[in-house]
Amino acid sequence: MSEPTNANTAAFEPLLRIEHLRKVYGEHVVLDDISLEVAQGEVIVIIGPSGCGKSTFLRCINALEPIQGGTILLDGQPVSAEAKNIAQIRQKVGMVFQSYDLFPHKTVLENIILAPMKAQKRKREECVAEAEKLLERVGLLDKKDAFPRQLSGGQKQRVAIVRALAMHPEVMLFDEVTAALDPEMVREVLDVILDLAEQGKTMLIVTHEMSFARAVADRVLFFDEGVIMESGAPEEFFSHPRTERAQRFLRTFTFDAVKHHAPTSDEPAPLFDD
Amino acid sequence: MEALGLDVLLNGTNALRLLGGLWVSVQVALISVLLSLPLGMLFGVFMTWKNPVAKVISRLYLEIVRIMPQLVLLFVVFFGATRVFGINISAELASIIVFTFWGTGEMGDLVRGALTSIPRHQYESAEALGLSKPQIYLQVIIPQAMRQLIPTSVNLITRMIKTTSLVMMIGVVEVMKVGQQIIEANRMVSPNAVFGIYGTILFLYFIVCWPLSMLASYLEKRWAVA
Repeated sequence: MSEPTNANTAAFEPLLRIEHLRKVYGEHVVLDDISLEVAQGEVIVIIGPSGCGKSTFLRCINALEPIQGGTILLDGQPVSAEAKNIAQIRQKVGMVFQSYDLFPHKTVLENIILAPMKAQKRKREECVAEAEKLLERVGLLDKKDAFPRQLSGGQKQRVAIVRALAMHPEVMLFDEVTAALDPEMVREVLDVILDLAEQGKTMLIVTHEMSFARAVADRVLFFDEGVIMESGAPEEFFSHPRTERAQRFLRTFTFDAVKHHAPTSDEPAPLFDD
Repeated sequence: MEALGLDVLLNGTNALRLLGGLWVSVQVALISVLLSLPLGMLFGVFMTWKNPVAKVISRLYLEIVRIMPQLVLLFVVFFGATRVFGINISAELASIIVFTFWGTGEMGDLVRGALTSIPRHQYESAEALGLSKPQIYLQVIIPQAMRQLIPTSVNLITRMIKTTSLVMMIGVVEVMKVGQQIIEANRMVSPNAVFGIYGTILFLYFIVCWPLSMLASYLEKRWAVA
């Protein structure tokens, strides 16, 4: 892992600027007044309990969810589901989902070159050459003619990452991309993302893999109940979380601490009494 | 031959007449199918609309198609239309109207099923890649929907062909009617023709529908998506 990348050397205008973002489902406020600036090359990891709005936040950045307030500017251009040129704007944002969502009727290679050819009108040979290069980098060149159903979960997810990268996005969004994978496949996918971080890709990553978050992040955001509760450098956040919520959340990942400590009064009562 | 009543087939032009009748059946079926497929596609897309009015219309239409026996529909259109609207339509045209009305409804429901069975994530990941709406449908959704649709719609087509045997009830001289005429004409000389002729018709329907059935099961196997 390189030094925390150029977060400080950011140009005057951040790549992504989000101001007072508000997202509501009926009565329920999912995201409340979220503001965030992401510099070119910055890697932001978003963590938080499920239902805290972190996935919805990513989906808003790609205009997969309409928003009820605030603005999202990518490269100074507004991102909104109603925008006429939304398909063009989305080409600048690569997104990878938990469930891979490869197109089952197309081979690996066809999955990758579809959008560059159709949406960006690039030449087929050029797209194929690039797809093969990317596949090689993630160790899947030999699978280029396979269909998604012939791949393991980890392989599918790596193809999904390559498919997003082939569009040359300015920012990549990862929405719990290892959550559906068997443990032994998590690593191969995270390694690809680490590799991207080293190359200086701007990324927003929602994950539950805490040690990965610590390794990859320039900045960690802790979401809870639709707001950013805490934001800071990973070393700082993981060793000294400031808010009580973040402390409690991080504690759920450390089983040793729970086992070896005598229960104190503020810890929940044991589940099983015998 | 005589015991089975097949000899009648060789009398005069009986065999040719039967084939001519078959051609009428196939024509009615073919025209109805050719009209039903595109109309059904449109209706299927219409059925996926969330607009409540569209929902009520789709529902009503489909229920009518499902509940009404085809024979009743034929009578309503052929006899009813003449009486009430004073328009004189041929029995063939009435048949085509009814079969298209039926085929469009059923086809629409198949298309709706195929479209809604495609997970929302397929739309979303295509959108996230920056593909436009038409590109998403052409490249991602329709090819997947087709794989589901083709076997089921081939099935619908064979059902439509079989059901054309009803149109003789409103006076279309199709294969069943021709068969009946041949049997009636030969009742005295070869009473067994009733078996020979209807048996032959059975065989003719089989010849028309069986390849379609084979095609459907072939496509089902070939396009099985994991």
